[in-house]
Amino acid sequence: MNAGTRDEKGANMEDHAKPENTNAHRTAPTRLTGSEILWATLVGEGVTDVFGYPGGAILPAYDALRKFPIRHVLVRHEQGAAHMADGYARASGKVGVAVATSGPGATNLVTGIATAMLDSVPIVCITGNVSSKVLGTDAFQEIDITGITLPVTKHNFLVSRAEDLAAALRHAFQIARSGRPGPVLVDITKDAQQATAIFDFDAARPRPYRPHPMLRVEESGLAAAAELIRGSKRPIILAGHGVSESGAMEQVRTLAERAQIPVALTLLGLGGFPASHPLNMGMMGMHGEAWVNNAIQEADLLIACGMRFDDRVTGKLASYAPHAKKIHIEIDPAEINKNVKAEVALVGDLRTVLEDLLPRISGRDGSAWLKTIDASKGAVAVRDIKNLPDSGHLYAAHVMHDLWRITGGNALVVTDVGQHQMWEAQYFHHEHPRTLITSGGLGTMGYALPAAIGAKMACPEKEVWVIAGDGGFQMTAAELSTIVQEKLKINIAVINNGYLGMVRQWQEFFYERNYEATPLVSPDFVKLAEAHGIPGRAVRTRSEVLGAVEAARSAPGAYLLNFLVEKEDSVYPMIPAGSALHEMIRRPERDPLEESARDE
Amino acid sequence: MLHTFVAYVEDKPGVLTRVASLFRRLNINIHSLTVGRSERPGLSRLTLVCEASAEAGDRIRASLFKLENVVDVDDIAQAPSVTRELALIKVAAAPQSRSRIFDLVEVFRARIVDLTSESLMIEMTGVESKIEGLIEVLREDEGRILEICRSGKMTMRRGHHISSVLRAMGTGDEESAAVAALREEERLAAEPE
Repeated sequence: MNAGTRDEKGANMEDHAKPENTNAHRTAPTRLTGSEILWATLVGEGVTDVFGYPGGAILPAYDALRKFPIRHVLVRHEQGAAHMADGYARASGKVGVAVATSGPGATNLVTGIATAMLDSVPIVCITGNVSSKVLGTDAFQEIDITGITLPVTKHNFLVSRAEDLAAALRHAFQIARSGRPGPVLVDITKDAQQATAIFDFDAARPRPYRPHPMLRVEESGLAAAAELIRGSKRPIILAGHGVSESGAMEQVRTLAERAQIPVALTLLGLGGFPASHPLNMGMMGMHGEAWVNNAIQEADLLIACGMRFDDRVTGKLASYAPHAKKIHIEIDPAEINKNVKAEVALVGDLRTVLEDLLPRISGRDGSAWLKTIDASKGAVAVRDIKNLPDSGHLYAAHVMHDLWRITGGNALVVTDVGQHQMWEAQYFHHEHPRTLITSGGLGTMGYALPAAIGAKMACPEKEVWVIAGDGGFQMTAAELSTIVQEKLKINIAVINNGYLGMVRQWQEFFYERNYEATPLVSPDFVKLAEAHGIPGRAVRTRSEVLGAVEAARSAPGAYLLNFLVEKEDSVYPMIPAGSALHEMIRRPERDPLEESARDE
Repeated sequence: MLHTFVAYVEDKPGVLTRVASLFRRLNINIHSLTVGRSERPGLSRLTLVCEASAEAGDRIRASLFKLENVVDVDDIAQAPSVTRELALIKVAAAPQSRSRIFDLVEVFRARIVDLTSESLMIEMTGVESKIEGLIEVLREDEGRILEICRSGKMTMRRGHHISSVLRAMGTGDEESAAVAALREEERLAAEPE
């Protein structure tokens, strides 16, 4: 293996991932309880907010919490705690922290941990466990949470001695935020919380971060990439979550502008490249515009930046971008050649790699290709639902489009999973990174409401909107109480179509409209909100949208809007799972919209 | 194809689970796995043999490296290397049939390490195929095999080969200049102002 100077670049990328708060606890070594060591270490790592739920095995830790400058948000379900930590991390770039007790408290975290794992989000989960003396005896509320979370964490720790705690926690933070970020769990036995040990924050620091030994950016690779870009006629940049994770927005933009290369984005890449930029093609993949996917199919070069060729992005691999050579810039060596074979793999931090690559890129005339793409857009705009005359019906696309216009695109939007998530991605245009927070990889319904709480805690000055379907919203609706208890100003838009909409859409397309188990009876969400002390209103027509959104924005506290949208609308276009990228289902020519307009 | 990975892992509880879990997730059966102490304090060395596609090798190696407790991974593949396996074979043998077995053992350059009136135990070290060969002739020889215990493959590259990771860590008992410099840097940073 070549461990030349390039590997040091890997180490450099840690620099901007270090905790902001390095003035830490530089106090003299002191004897503290394990519980005190826990919070003191968190404070030292720069933690100011945690999301948790107390219980027997974590009670010693809660008992010590009041002595430390940490705000604790009491959640209503531990899944919410993990999602809040996740939303907090995605909104701020800092490590989010969730706390739970042993047994059911710990297992309830699992979905949230897996969500963070699949989307590479840095969170640290702290769980209590029974005393080390009774580990493995099926004691009350004992569960092997390090065993359970092994495949869904970057790493986890079982700490049974107070003297090991600070080092394990500091190591956990290092792992969570380094390389490709991800969740880490630290399970602490009750006796370790109660025992005392000498706390020395500095002495507990982990060994210097060791970059993955297979990171490799060689001169020859950079030269080959530059050569491919120079020689290409139909190049496209594919920008993913890595753009914002690595802070490579400027570098991607410079590459695109200098070489006149259009940019297509993954769902988690949205916001990494300004939506209004003339080179922005928008989202690719299963629900991307047909002309975007067609362009990828016709491209002769794909420059993948911090994305992993997910199946939602590629469709059928055998027919994916058949004419294109691929340059894959990626921090995780295990992603190289996983789904799509790369002619040139630059394995390292995206920003660093692009900084090294850019001096080799000269101006390039891309106008012919850009014109071809432009011409291929065809009647898309005309076909677009948002441009059709108001039929009196309310379509989710209208809601997204209007929300975008009214908020000026400046809101931080947290979406759940399903049709509304795709409509948001299509019709709400994100200019800046970290303005769309959504569960992409795991597709976790119930994510939006708790993740928005985390996001609002991280960015209290931002206008935060939850957009959730009627199905996903009910999965974690109990966190409405958390919003009230913490006095958070969060606007909630429920896109209510009376179905588990995306599943219904699949049933419509692929299961002969057999709507088994997808019609959904819901409570009156406005009344539900009111029961929590959150005002709200229902919205039934497009003409009401503006007033309702303004009412929500101007309300002093949280506000809920129940958008009663068209029941059987579908997300178009769509690539059926396992089909090629150009085999898309388009919005029907005889648009049901027009028909319903005549019905009026 | 058959992949052979040699890895240095931290000698801590649960590390083997993490390694094994990776293969479980990929639905790859582990043919053999040998673990023992290495020349480096605190590090165990393991040899893992599994069947996977040729292209899977790099990704498995990259995924192994992602495990926090895994320090170094080598995919031996076709590299020139020495491979050995140890087998203990217990055969039922009455005194009158022993001599035939003694002859076989001689031919295979194995050893008898235990002898009772009813049975004997053979120890054999060699490449997998040689051990398979001995077992086969023992079976043909109507001698009844009572037990077989095989260590699984152990592999070491030929020649003066050392990975960059291990080189950076020093040669086991003495630290390399790079690591020493790193530690000095750490010591200075940790010193109170």
